[in-house]
Amino acid sequence: MSDKLALSDDILMNIEKPARYIGNEINCVIKNKDEIDIRFAMCFPDVYEIGMSHIGIQILYDMLNKYEDVWCERVYSPWIDLDKIMRERNIRLFALESQDPVKEFDFLGLTLQYEMCYTNILQVLDLSGIPLLSKDRTEDDPIVIGGGPCSYNPEPIADFFDIFYIGEGETKYRELLDLYKEHKKNNTSRYDFLVKAAKLGGMYVPCLYETDYNDDGTIKEFRALRDDIPLKIYKEIVTDLENEDYPVKPVVPFIRCTQDRAVVEIQRGCIRGCRFCQAGQLYRPVRERNVDDLKKKAMQILANTGHEEVSLSSLSSSDFSKIEELTDFLIEECSRKYINISLPSLRIDNYSLDTFGKVQDVHKSSLTFAPEAGSQRMRNVINKGLTEEDIIGGASMAFERGWSKVKLYFMLGLPGETEEDIKEIGVLCDKIARAYFDLVPKEKRIGGPVQITASTSFFIPKPFTAFQWASMNTKDDFLNKAYITRTSILSQLNQKRIKYNWHEADVSVLEGVFARGDRRLAPAIHEAYNRGCIYDAWGEYYKNDVWMQVFEDLGIDIEFYTTRERDLDEIFPWDFISCGVDKEWLKKEWLKSKEGIVTENCKKKCSGCGAFRYKTGICMEHVKKEA
Amino acid sequence: MKVRIKFAKYGVMRYIGHLDIMRYFQKCMRKADVDIAYSSGFSPHQIMSFASPLGVGVISNGEYFDIELKSGSAKSVMDSLNSVMVNGMEILSVKKLPDGVKNAMASIAAARYTVMMKEGCEPENTDDSKVDDFLNREHINIIKQTKKNEIEFDLKPHIYEFSFDKNAYRMLIDASSSGNIKPLSVIEEYARFCGTHITPSNYQIIREEFYTYDDDHKLVPLEALGEDF
Repeated sequence: MSDKLALSDDILMNIEKPARYIGNEINCVIKNKDEIDIRFAMCFPDVYEIGMSHIGIQILYDMLNKYEDVWCERVYSPWIDLDKIMRERNIRLFALESQDPVKEFDFLGLTLQYEMCYTNILQVLDLSGIPLLSKDRTEDDPIVIGGGPCSYNPEPIADFFDIFYIGEGETKYRELLDLYKEHKKNNTSRYDFLVKAAKLGGMYVPCLYETDYNDDGTIKEFRALRDDIPLKIYKEIVTDLENEDYPVKPVVPFIRCTQDRAVVEIQRGCIRGCRFCQAGQLYRPVRERNVDDLKKKAMQILANTGHEEVSLSSLSSSDFSKIEELTDFLIEECSRKYINISLPSLRIDNYSLDTFGKVQDVHKSSLTFAPEAGSQRMRNVINKGLTEEDIIGGASMAFERGWSKVKLYFMLGLPGETEEDIKEIGVLCDKIARAYFDLVPKEKRIGGPVQITASTSFFIPKPFTAFQWASMNTKDDFLNKAYITRTSILSQLNQKRIKYNWHEADVSVLEGVFARGDRRLAPAIHEAYNRGCIYDAWGEYYKNDVWMQVFEDLGIDIEFYTTRERDLDEIFPWDFISCGVDKEWLKKEWLKSKEGIVTENCKKKCSGCGAFRYKTGICMEHVKKEA
Repeated sequence: MKVRIKFAKYGVMRYIGHLDIMRYFQKCMRKADVDIAYSSGFSPHQIMSFASPLGVGVISNGEYFDIELKSGSAKSVMDSLNSVMVNGMEILSVKKLPDGVKNAMASIAAARYTVMMKEGCEPENTDDSKVDDFLNREHINIIKQTKKNEIEFDLKPHIYEFSFDKNAYRMLIDASSSGNIKPLSVIEEYARFCGTHITPSNYQIIREEFYTYDDDHKLVPLEALGEDF
């Protein structure tokens, strides 16, 4: 590689962390651009340190670069300081590896991990010199393709994308790229290519669809503008994860990133049907990777990166059937090589406490529980299968082994929540403190007496969950509930041992608007961007007053999207997408939640959610058992 | 055994700061499977100490760090490290230090620098005729800004060699912990002596080498104290 840089020395010497923009990291892939057919810019629309910590991009980067005819490079949002300079001096956004302008690429892929990155999508397009609206793009512009969790309700940002890839990237990219090569060779139009892409499966091409609305603002009909494209788009998933590839040479950043370690993905999906959790539904059914392969890959990654720490990634890691075998193996191998293990938050039992004890200093580290709600009644409503006995019992076991710090995570604003439910948060914290003082005699209180930290976040209803029909709280409701929580904690006997943290409410409201939003929100995102909103996920740059003004000016009713409880038969903006889980099943879950009836997890009993259509993972276990 | 490693840092790597370079080398030790010793205790770390931090933007052909090595030869360490280096980082030598040699940081006595105009910058001071006059003064006093006030400081005893040939300044200056001076202070003062002034950000600094005193009190490169193994 040459020393070519897109930014001048003068700029690099006058911005924060120039290492964000120079590429050249260990394991980054350099190809000869004359020898490849397709240039792919893969973007995480947030700052480098956040984007580099995301394993999804590492997986796709590795996969695409294994194709001989493709060169995939990385792009991140320039930080505020560089953003300003690029606008002033008219510098085009570039990809890190080649330092070439993104505008010259064939594809710009954007991963959509959270709603608050939407204005950063526009920042990336704008700085790249790509028209913000799909309809304004020409044959000279890259194909802009989105993916990731927010693409399951792509409607608020539909105007900005040419394609959304719904589901896991491993399955369809090769076909899409071949289609693109054919399109280039035959010099067909961009529109023709998009129509063909829409027929591949898993691809949503927004410009080929239209929505009609009722007078009350709800959706009347979602229509395809052509007869030859699907009306329902099914998510793509890897059905043989055991034999699926995983990157063993991930790119290693120079600067410290959020995730500064080797990460091994052990499984996808989750057996627990927590009713608030979107990820738990989107990635169904649970599929495990092969444990022997994981051991091998973990050691290869460590050897190829030189990382000094390794961690495991999945939802609910304790449910991975080989978790003990894998953890024991890593502890054994890594201690010999002076490599640390960062353990996932495992269910607290004898095994996990023994394991934690081996890799952390018990007096310094803390124990984490996520009861999500204070009362058992509420935990049944949200189908969180964690009881008070689990929490107090787990904490007691840990206290006897020397732990004295406990962290608890709760949500406020859950459907059907009463003041009594909220007050139970303080009571639960106090019970844990009492358990400590009962169990641990004074002379054994090394590292000071018990410290309990309770954190609350505000519940935001998400598409494809049982709560997609639910009313979201207003900002005032949220703040009032945080106040009730605080008062309840302060009224406890051991209140001095309990610390309480709560989230900002403003940004939760905006996230709530986008989460269940429709196509009519795109102009608001566009306008907020024009008025200077970027990095909305960063508290210090989030401009709530600007957003509120934009909604007012454009006549958008926030409460239509947030507090409104949806009718059971309402057509949702995301109904044309299937994540495998049926709407009818979610409806049943919603009704069961109102009765406080729990649903068993996938391992115990199949509840018939619909994910069986993929014929893989946990769904096949039941078939095997029955046979 | 105590081993001294000399490396160069150039190209795009000049934008990586000192702490990140330290982390980079820690990773490279593991990636290259160098048999480095670790400290004892609850969180063991590699025994590695750097001679001196290099500022962001500065290029170097002579950086050093010492490690404690448990096994291996100079050639095996050098080859395996070079096989994992990124563009702009290069291992130049690996030497074993005899017992009793001070660590790299404490050994530093002087440093050699080349300072030249950055690409695209107009030359600011082209007067190369006053070098002798500049150096022959009894004192080369500059005003040093400290946290509290300004003090007068004499550069002269800290400049060991200085030359200027229009394109580049070359100098050997004090880099010891007690009398360390900055290369830009010297060229700023030379410009002032020539009746002009310079813009520091227009200059590319290249650190060429670090020196220490040998037994005969002669300045020798830091690597000269080590031997092959």
